[in-house]
Parts: sequence; structure tokens; C-alpha cells
Amino acid sequence: MKILKKGDLEKIREAGLQTLFPKETKISVGMATCGLSTGADRVYEAIQKEVERSKLRMHVAKTGCIGFCQREPVVDILEPGKPRVFYQEVTPEKAVELVRRWGESQVVSDWLFFKMEKEDWIGEDRFYDYSVRQIPKGLDGTPHYHQIPFYNKQLKVALRNCGFINPDHIEEYIARGGYFTLCRALLEMKPEEIIGEVKASGLRGRGGAGFLTGNKWETCRKSKGDRKYVLCNADEGDPGAYMDRSVLEGDPHSVIEGMIIGAYAIGAHEGFIYVRDEYPLAIQKLQTAIRQAVEMGLLGEDILGSGFSFRINLFRGGGAFVCGESTALMASIEGNVGEPRAKHIHTTESGLWDKPSNLNNVETWNNIPVIISRGADWYSKIGTEKSKGTKVFSIVGKVNNTGLIEVPMGITLREIVYDIGGGIPEGKKFKAVQTGGPSGGCIPESLLDLPVDFDRLTEVGSMMGSGGMIVMDDSTCMVDVAKYFMDFLKGESCGKCTSCREGTKRMHEILTEISEGRGKPEHISLLEELGWVTAEASLCALGGTAPNPVLSTIRYFRHEYEEHILNKRCPAKVCRALLKYRILSDVCTMCGRCAKVCPEKAISGKTKTKKEKGIPFRIDEQKCIQCGMCFEACKFKAIEVQ
Amino acid sequence: MEASKIDGIIRKYGEKSSAILAILQDIQSEEKYLPKEALEYVSQKMQISLSSIFRIATFYNALSLKPRGKHKIDVCLGTACHVRGGEKILGKLERELGVSVGETTKDKRFTLELVRCLGCCSLGPVAVVDGKVFGRLAQDKVSSLLKEYK
Repeated sequence: MKILKKGDLEKIREAGLQTLFPKETKISVGMATCGLSTGADRVYEAIQKEVERSKLRMHVAKTGCIGFCQREPVVDILEPGKPRVFYQEVTPEKAVELVRRWGESQVVSDWLFFKMEKEDWIGEDRFYDYSVRQIPKGLDGTPHYHQIPFYNKQLKVALRNCGFINPDHIEEYIARGGYFTLCRALLEMKPEEIIGEVKASGLRGRGGAGFLTGNKWETCRKSKGDRKYVLCNADEGDPGAYMDRSVLEGDPHSVIEGMIIGAYAIGAHEGFIYVRDEYPLAIQKLQTAIRQAVEMGLLGEDILGSGFSFRINLFRGGGAFVCGESTALMASIEGNVGEPRAKHIHTTESGLWDKPSNLNNVETWNNIPVIISRGADWYSKIGTEKSKGTKVFSIVGKVNNTGLIEVPMGITLREIVYDIGGGIPEGKKFKAVQTGGPSGGCIPESLLDLPVDFDRLTEVGSMMGSGGMIVMDDSTCMVDVAKYFMDFLKGESCGKCTSCREGTKRMHEILTEISEGRGKPEHISLLEELGWVTAEASLCALGGTAPNPVLSTIRYFRHEYEEHILNKRCPAKVCRALLKYRILSDVCTMCGRCAKVCPEKAISGKTKTKKEKGIPFRIDEQKCIQCGMCFEACKFKAIEVQ
Repeated sequence: MEASKIDGIIRKYGEKSSAILAILQDIQSEEKYLPKEALEYVSQKMQISLSSIFRIATFYNALSLKPRGKHKIDVCLGTACHVRGGEKILGKLERELGVSVGETTKDKRFTLELVRCLGCCSLGPVAVVDGKVFGRLAQDKVSSLLKEYK
């Protein structure tokens, strides 16, 4: 149905509530890309088949990601009158068992994750209570959602709906308060008022640079032009960051609603969402969401009878990292190659097709409806003095709890890594956390108590970026990390500026020399000099920040560079050319596993059997390619890496 | 690729030259790569110089001028996958298939490519075969993974 007034929105909310909280039991499977990669689709199918076979009255649903990707696939069961129960690491077999036992009114306590008695509807400043009447046996001791260390410091604003709604059902988004803010903004607020609210909230762009969103909107609104554009940057290219993917896959309407409000405030009638090619599921969810919004009259002509018209086009990127840069992104939409241009004139004055254009990233747009709904006062109370609100981070790498988290700005790195992330696995030692993607840097242990916000991260030589946090332990080599980022950047540099095209390539060459044992003492200062030139002489932020991974690792881990250069040793045992694998003959049990997996047949010896004594295995250094297969295969720690 | 099919794709995007990337992507999803004849046809039909099209086709990583095999394997080398041993997975695949990154096996079964982050960082190292994501890979899981596609 077409929504013409607020009353219509209420009717749709009712429909949404019926699928969000049906009368019969609902079982939902988290089906974002992270869930799918661990088999959520097979889990979903298995549940459907079992429900059909057993003729149980059970509603099977799909949802987005609840954030704790490490424990995927996650399945939850919501039975009226009982707490919502989340199960972790569910396989198709476990799923069938869950459904069966539910039929017998039992809780399978072995796979329990946490329970929930109410959910936070942050946009509307209230909780939706499940009206729990009884707590089934076996659930008394199960931790509550907020008692799980991974969740208890989190505050979900951007991720408010992820894992709670079916992203393909606009009704469920509306049921949780979606599009009501749009209704108020279009019918009751003036554009200037909206801009004023966004300015007062202190919201800064979540894409990386952290420019004040309200100021950007104001400049674009004031720019002269008959045609203006609003754009959404969903070209989330920083490796290790996937907050935008999760929002788009789990809650696409929040971004669309934010964009419509922004377009109304700025005076734009057409918008683009530029999504990376690597996110096929996000593209699919957005296509559905845009279609539904158009069908309901929330996009198109005369939205909600306000007289305001706006449409959104979806643009699929071509797999080029540089297209995340604003001018390159616009060039790409125009049908050109994605090369950045100088920004003497800001894109808010002359951007896409030389028209005033306002570009914000996914998370920024997604924050807008909540800011308008709850007000700038509420929002600006969260966070630090100059970085307001919450930020979504992907905490990944060498950490126990990996996943997507949303925390108030100002939280310390230590809290993120140890309290939420649960520390470093396998008893290893923390070494660094890398933030800001290829534009960022590595932050060492001595700075773990640093409060995380835009300015503090920049001060220590890194940056916020889009929010990727890659934790590294003592088995991560910092020279290798710097080399990795240079390899990435030399491939992704568009080639327009010599300093970036050549600078990244030469830095990569030098780092390769160092990692292969041909490093010279003067290489460190050469890297610093090259880094400075690359940053100073390049046009866009890609080149301007390209040396950060090199410079920050030299700044905090110079001794690792020196070990590689002077002693030809890789302390973390990563740089292959500097490694030697050796079998400790006194530990070797002569099981023969190493020889079996060796691709180069470089390991000889004789397997011990009941009849034969066996000969301890040894590695032929000449043949060894340092692939590490034997090291991974040995169950007796008989293989030593030097 | 038949001319009528390409015409259909061009029409779908309103014959706008700004949609050139989308048009090339659609051709590629049919053919798995961009055949020379198809590019020449698009160039003529849309009045865009072949050199401009070539520039776009070689700029974007998603586009390929080389024919690809029956199955496409993308190994993720995002930062999280890298620190968790993505390169070892890539090395193992190169040895198993006997090709380097960007190449296709002689029997035209597999094309091996790399991708910079799929956003499944929690489950690294990750690889994608024909769009299906495989998480938590290890070198010793590679052979059985390939067998599924043989």
C-alpha cells in the first residue's frame, strides 16, 4: 500500500509487529555474509525441513548479523511469554535437534549463547518487552545479553536493527520505528532545522576523515545550483572493515531513510548509492529495499504528500579501492575511470556532473534518523568532546572474540581488545592494533589506554578510518604488515600522481628487500624520506596517507626492522626467506605426518610401526620452500622454526 | 556473444554512456570475461572510443580481458585474512592447481584470483568459489575444497 500520512505508517507498523513477534514461536537464522560463510543457509534449510516434517507451529525467519561473527551461525528462538534464546555455532544437525527439543518443550543448554527479555528500540527511546511469564528450566543460569562481556559495553545506535529484523521486510523496519522520523522531518521540520539539529549533534563523517556532517550539509544547501545530489559511499574498501556491509545486509532501510532526510535538508532530488562489487548480498538487499520504498511512496514523487520528491539510484562499483575517495567515486558514476581530482573547489559546490553534491558514508546516513528522532542533545551527550556518538568497529585478527561492535567514542583500546575482544588467543602476547585500513597505522601496547576518537587516533600516527581494528600478536611481523599494505596500495594507486604510483612501489621494493634478508641500515631513513614525499606530493588521501603503515611501524617497532636488517632474523617468524624449519629428532615420534603433507617431498625418515623401529624425520633445507605445512601438521611440537 | 544480447544490455541502461561500467559488468557476468568482439560492438553502438572502453576495462579489478575457467576462486587477502595466514592458503592453491594468481588451469576448470577483503574478517582466512564463501580455511582443507568442484 502507498503511505500517504502518518496513520498509514501505523497500519504498516501493525503488520510488521505481527511478523516480528508472531503468535506462534519464531525461529530466526542470521543470514548475513558472515553467517552464510559458515553455513547459515544450510541451517535455515534444515530448520525449514524439520518444521515441515514435524508439522510444528513454528515460524522460520531470516535476519541479519547480531555482531558476534565468531559464533556464527547464530539462531534464536522467540516463544511468546518466554525469554528470547540465542544459540551459537549451530550446524544443520544441531538445528534439527533444536527444533525437535523445542517440540518437547526443552532447552538445549549445551549450545546456549544468551537470553533476552526485552529489546532496545533506541530510535524511539523505549524497550520492547517480551512480557516473559516463565523462565523455562535450563535457562535460569544462562547469561542475559548484557551480561555477555562481548556486549555489555556496547551501545547500538547504527546497528540498532541488525539481527532483529528481516532486512527484506520493510514492515519490520517500520514496526521498530523506521520511517516515522522521515514523516516528522518532511511534514513538521524545515530543512534548516534539520541541518541545525545535525550540526548540534556534533556528528562527524564515519567514512574516515571525520568532517562535521552538519557543516557539510549546510555548505551544500547554500551552494548555488539548480540540481544537487546526495550520495552514499558504500564502497567500503578498507581491508578488515565491514561495518557498512553488515548495516546494508541487515538494515538497508535505515540508510535510505537517512538519505531522504538529508536530501530534503540539502535540497536534492536525486541520490546515488555506490556499493562495492565485492558485496553482492548488500547490493541485493538494497535493490529490494529501494523497490519497497518506492512502492510505498517513501521514495519518488511527492513523498508523504509533502511535495518533496527524491529518487535513489544504485551504482555497483568495479572493485577499485580508490573509488572510495569522493572525487574518484563521482568520476566513476559519471562513467569515467575512478581517478581523483584536486579539490580546490569542494564537491559540495561542484561534484557529480559539476553539481553541488553531498557524500556521506553508510554509517553516517544510518545515524541520521536516530539523531533527528532523539534530538541533538541526547546524541551529543554520548562520546567525547569533539567526537560525538557511537562508532562501529570490526574487531578482527588475533583476538578471541571477533565481530562487529558498536561503542561510545572515548572507550579505550584496552577495553575493546581485552574486555570486549576477550584478549589474545592461545596465550600469545598482544603486539599492536591496526586501525584506519591502509591509511592508518599500528598502535603499540604502550598506547592501549588511549581513548578512541578521531583526534586521538590521528595524534598517534594512525586514524579512525571506517572502523577496522585488526589485532596483532607476537606472531605478527610488523615489517611484513608494512609490506602487506604497500603491496595493497601499489596495486590500488590509480597512477595519476607519480609520487603515489612510484612511491608505494619503491617502498614495497625496499620492504621486500628487508623481509628477504637483503636490507641495509640506510633503508629505514630512506623509507621515512620516501614516505614523506609520497604524502606531501600526492593529490588525494590515498597517496596522502599511504606511508602511514610504514611510518607508524618504524615509529613504534623500529627494533623489528633492525632485527631483519642487521641480524637477518624475523622475530615473529613470518618472513619466509629468513626462516629455517628443523625437526627436533628427540621429540619426533616418527608418525610421518610431516612427510606426508610436504608438497616438495623435502622430508625424509621412516615411520615407526609395531614391527619397525623407524628413523626420525629430517628436512632437506635445499628443497624446503618454508610453506609451513609440516609445522601445522605436527601434533607433537617436534618442528622448530628459526 | 550475440549482438542482440548486447543490445538488450545497452537498452537496459537507457543507452547512457555513464552506464558503461554496468554494461561491461553485465557482459562479463554472461561470458565470465570481456571478449574483444563484444567490446568492439559496444564501442560502435555507443559511440565510445575503443581506447576509452579499454581504459575502463583495465582500470577496474572486477573486469577481466582474459577468459576465465569454469570455476572462479577468489582468495581474500584483506588484513585480517593476511595476519591469519591467507597467503599460505593462496600458496597452497597455487601449488595444488599449478597456476599463479590471475591464471587459469590448463583444463579450464579453475581461475585463481585474489580479492582485497570480502568483509568476512571474523572468519578468516576466507576464499570464495563461484560466489560461495568458505570461512576458517586451513592449508589442509584446500584439497577437499577443490574436490567439491572437480
